Amino acid sequence: MSEFRRGRGSGTGLPDAYLATGSSSFTEFLAAHDPSLLPGAGLTYASGVPPVQAPHGTTVVALTFPGGAVMAGDRRATMGNIIAQRDIEKVFQADEWSCVGIAGTAGIAVEMVRLFQVELEHYEKIEGVTLSLEGKANRLSIMLRGNLTMAMQGLAVIPMFAGHDEDSGQGRIFGYDVTGGRYEEHRHHGIGSGSMFARGSLKKLWREDLRPEQAVEVALEALYDAADDDSATGGPDLARGIFPVVAQVDADGFRRWGEEELDPIVRSLVARRSERPDGPVVPVSEV
Amino acid sequence: MSVPFYVSPEQIIKDKADFARKGIARGRSVVVMQYVSGILFVAENPSRALHKISEIYDRIAFAAVGKYNEFENLRVAGVRLADVRGYSYDRRDVTSRSLANAYAQTLGTIFTETAKPYEVELTVAEVGATAADDQLYRLTFDGSVADEHGFVAMGGSAEPITAALSERWNENATLEASLATAVDLLATHGAAPATTADSTPRRTLTPAQLEVAILDRTRPRRTFRRVNGQRLADLLGVVDDSDEAAGDPN
Repeated sequence: MSEFRRGRGSGTGLPDAYLATGSSSFTEFLAAHDPSLLPGAGLTYASGVPPVQAPHGTTVVALTFPGGAVMAGDRRATMGNIIAQRDIEKVFQADEWSCVGIAGTAGIAVEMVRLFQVELEHYEKIEGVTLSLEGKANRLSIMLRGNLTMAMQGLAVIPMFAGHDEDSGQGRIFGYDVTGGRYEEHRHHGIGSGSMFARGSLKKLWREDLRPEQAVEVALEALYDAADDDSATGGPDLARGIFPVVAQVDADGFRRWGEEELDPIVRSLVARRSERPDGPVVPVSEV
Repeated sequence: MSVPFYVSPEQIIKDKADFARKGIARGRSVVVMQYVSGILFVAENPSRALHKISEIYDRIAFAAVGKYNEFENLRVAGVRLADVRGYSYDRRDVTSRSLANAYAQTLGTIFTETAKPYEVELTVAEVGATAADDQLYRLTFDGSVADEHGFVAMGGSAEPITAALSERWNENATLEASLATAVDLLATHGAAPATTADSTPRRTLTPAQLEVAILDRTRPRRTFRRVNGQRLADLLGVVDDSDEAAGDPN
C-alpha cells in the first residue's frame, strides 16, 4: 500500500507526507501524494477516439421550502438505449447539513461524491469546525474542474448541491456546469436529461409557503413529468417498489425519507395521474 | 589535545527518555475509560480551540498529553491515514490497530533517530459493537505500545490516577458516574506536584476547565461526540459557567 511508502527510516510508520504541515483539504492531499485514487484517474484524453459507453444517471430536482430544501432523484441509469440499472441512487448525504445529487457518467460521479463526502469530513476533523455552505459548494466546483478533460471526452458529470445555511436559516441550492461554474439557484433547480421537463413542472407547482411534505410532493410530481417525456428518466416502479430517493435538509440536519413514508405519497400521486395523466391543473384567470 | 568524547548508547537512550518523561510530566492529565455504552475521554484543558481529544474516524478517537505541536502533528497524520485508507478501501477497513502500529513505528523512529524525542503520550481508542470489542492502545514517546483494558491515564499524574482507577473503575458505570469518577481523580491528583500537600484545599474542576468527549457505541457511523456547554454542566450536576476563555492546552 502506498501509505506505507516511507521517505526516511524503515518499518510501517507514517510516511513523511502525512506528518508534513499542509492544507486541510483531502483532495489536495490525495492529488499531491496519491493521485491514482482521484476520480477518473487513469482515464486519459485521447483525441479521435469515440467516447466509451458508460452508464449515465439522469434526473435530479431540488427545491426550497421555508427553512430548508428537498432534493429528489429518479432511480434509472441508462447506457445508450439500455436501462443499465433500475435502482441507482443519485442523491447522497454530503455531511450533516447538506446533500448532493448527480447527473452524467455514473461511475465518475459516484466516486466524486465519495471524495466530496470525505473532503467535508476531513476538513471538519482537521479544523474542528465545519465549512461554510459556500465553502462546501466551492469545493465541489474545484473537484468538477478536475474532471474537465473527461467531460470533453463525453464523460461529463453535473452535480447539484443543497444544504441548510446556518447563518440565514434557509435552504440553498447550487447548480454547476461542466467547467466547474457554480451558480446559486433560487427556489428550484433540476439537472440531467429530464430536467427541462422537471423544471417546467417545478415552475408551476412551487410556492413560497410549501411545507416540507408538500415540497416532497412537488419534487415527485416534477420527476413524474420528467419520466413522462424523457425515456432516460425512470418513473416510480410500483411493481418493484422502487421509488425516487428523497432527501431533506433543514435546521435538524440531513434526513433521507424512508420507503414506508414515500409509499403512500407515491401511490396517491400515481392514482391522481391515472385520473389526470398530465398532472395538476394550474389556475388561469377566467375571461 | 582533548580526549574523544564518548557517551554510551545506554546513556543516550536514558537521557532521551528522561527528557521526554520530564516534558510529559509537566502537562495536565487525560483519562480515557470505558463506560457502559462507549468510551469516555476527560482532559483538564482550559482551551476551547486547542484540543487534546479528537475524532480520527467513525469509531476511533485520539487523546494526547505533552507538547501540543508534536501531538497535533501526529493527530493530523492519523486523520489523513484513516481517511486515505477508508477512501481507498472501505470505511470498515479503518482500524485502531493499524493506526496504533503506524504511530508506534513513527514514534520509535523519531526517538532513536533524532536528537530530541517527541514529548508526547497518546491513546488511540476504538469503540466496538460490544464492550468486549473495544480497544485501547497507549503509546509512549519511544514507540512502545500497550494494549490496555478498561482505562488509561496519561500525563503528570498518570500513576496515582491509574492506581485509583484500578479500584474505582467499573465497566457498567453510566456516563454520569464515569465522568464524576474521572473529574474527581483529575481534581484530586491533577494539581502540580508542589501543591499536592495535605494542607492545600481540594480543587474542583468546572466545565470550563474540562474537555470531554465520548465514542458512543449506540450511534450509527460517526460515533465521536464532544460533550460541552449545557450538556456537560448537566452531566456534572453543576450550573454552566463556561466562558470563551482560551488558554494554554498544557
